[in-house]
Amino acid sequence: MPEQSIEMQLSSALTDGRSQGISDEISNVVFTLDDLRVFYGDYQAIRGVSLTIAKNEITAFIGPSGCGKSTLLRSFNRMNDLIPGARVEGLLAYHGTDVYGPDVDPIEVRRRIGMVFQKPNVFPKSIYDNVAYGPRVNHIKGNMDDLVEECLTKAALWDEVKDDLKKSAYALSGGQQQRLVIARCIAVRPEVILMDEPCASLDPIATSKIEELMRQLAVEYTIVIVTHNMQQAARVSDRTAFFTAELDEAGVRHGRLIEYGPTRQIFSAPQDKRTEDYISGRFG
Amino acid sequence: MTAQSLVVATAPLDLAGSGQPLKDRAFRWMLFAALTVGVVTLAVLIAYVTIKGWPRLNSTLWTNMPSIRRPERAGAQSAITGTLWVISFTAIFALPTGILAALYLEEFARPNSRFQRLVEINIQNLAAVPSIVYGILGLAVFARALALGQSVITAALTLSLLILPIIIISTREALRAVPRNIRDGSLALGATEWQTASRQTLPAAIPGIATGVILSLSRAVGEAAPLLLLGAVTFITFNPTGPLSGYTTLPIQIFNWTKDSREEFQILASATIVLLLVLLLVMNFVAIWIRNRTQKRW
Ligand SMILES: Nc1ncnc2c1ncn2[C@@H]1O[C@H](COP(=O)(O)OP(=O)(O)OP(=O)(O)O)[C@@H](O)[C@H]1O
Ligand SMILES: [Mg+2]
Repeated sequence: MPEQSIEMQLSSALTDGRSQGISDEISNVVFTLDDLRVFYGDYQAIRGVSLTIAKNEITAFIGPSGCGKSTLLRSFNRMNDLIPGARVEGLLAYHGTDVYGPDVDPIEVRRRIGMVFQKPNVFPKSIYDNVAYGPRVNHIKGNMDDLVEECLTKAALWDEVKDDLKKSAYALSGGQQQRLVIARCIAVRPEVILMDEPCASLDPIATSKIEELMRQLAVEYTIVIVTHNMQQAARVSDRTAFFTAELDEAGVRHGRLIEYGPTRQIFSAPQDKRTEDYISGRFG
Repeated sequence: MTAQSLVVATAPLDLAGSGQPLKDRAFRWMLFAALTVGVVTLAVLIAYVTIKGWPRLNSTLWTNMPSIRRPERAGAQSAITGTLWVISFTAIFALPTGILAALYLEEFARPNSRFQRLVEINIQNLAAVPSIVYGILGLAVFARALALGQSVITAALTLSLLILPIIIISTREALRAVPRNIRDGSLALGATEWQTASRQTLPAAIPGIATGVILSLSRAVGEAAPLLLLGAVTFITFNPTGPLSGYTTLPIQIFNWTKDSREEFQILASATIVLLLVLLLVMNFVAIWIRNRTQKRW
């Protein structure tokens, strides 16, 4: 196969991608961030971020390591609450409700906003029990067998595991484990799925399966994905936000949002020099 | 072709190293000698008591009761059943308490709070307290103040206190070995912290906990000092009938027999030591087996 330039790879990924008909305007808003700042103790990891996330779209967060993508993603479902000293300021509204409002129960937030992690973190239980765990702890009624089958089917894993549901989830390959984690996530019927580098530990074939799956899931769910893989962002996302870490006046490094827009536009006609440098591989 | 010319161009690697073979070998011999001391001691001990106790290593050892006047027919049945009673109640008291305490410290207490550090230091210190001191405590509190007297319960409560620090420490280690991302995965699904601890972390840590628990119980089985202080020196020729019943245990019985100068009792003591050693070795092997079977799950 002839060596392709990064630009050519990206543009072919873009034509394959799904961001063709995406407009600048977002009509159906799921999340509104306004001047969102995240701290670890005294250290401010993210400077004010303002953006909106659209329903049933795939939004990609890209940027160099340490620019706060994971930090920002974890603040969407209040996973940052679990880190001692982590603190969020500014507005993060989910359908108009402040996620960090005084009456909000983080448990309820996490039920509606699911999360898939970088390393497939299946539970040391059977495949069946992995999927059934979320509905059980949330006391979701109904036929569990049907629910497990439905979720595994949606996660494109049913055919591979339908005869081994009682087997340990550890017996699965990394790519299968990650799809099991996705099935487990959708079993509690969330509206949003957050994915933090879901393919970082997978081989190319497993990666393309997950990407394919993401596109299918976007019909029903709103997906926010962090990725280091430019082509992946170009292939699967509708919108892309580019972050970077920059020194402030006092010489402290903070993550900040540089540019946000339809993926096609970010990759083919970036407005900012830093975005352009990053996606063409001259930076980070 | 390019590869070949590359090889030619490279200078031969010098892998000879510059170690000090003599020192190195001496050190290895030292390590080996140290290891031998432990293994040989155990082997000699087992061989000695087995040979000495051989004439009495038969079923009368566990079918007959101790007897002062007829050593040739005396057995250790009341000591065996007493040990089982005491250790069962010790487990009933110490396991839930120790595991829940560890679960609290590891999963719910604010990490590095002053309270947690204080408790931590205290538990470390308790683990280092000599067992005889627990005997004094048991005598004052359980036997006298609570008027439980010289009963299975008193012994079990005292031994529970003795092994509680060990159970807490080993359970905390087992909980800590469960990867953070299992907890995150559970919490991200909308599980509460209690659900996460009871349905994920604790079950995942059970092999490690079991190992620690068995080792601590085997320590309790072998303890004589605190029980002697509790007054468990009298001859007991009956099996315990309940938690408030009198008792004797294997180490106590061995102690009593070795005090007696008659040769038959020395033989009987050796036979009983073999029994106790076998019980302890079996418990330790089970613990090691559980640990090895479940190693490297993540
Ligand atoms: N638990 C934490 N405590 C303190 N600082 C943290 C913590 N987690 C992250 N940080 C800091 O916050 C900044 C952003 O980290 P974050 O993990 O969000 O970056 P990222 O963009 O996801 O990086 P990567 O691409 O390497 O995953 C970094 O400077 C990091 O050191
Ligand atoms: Mg990250």
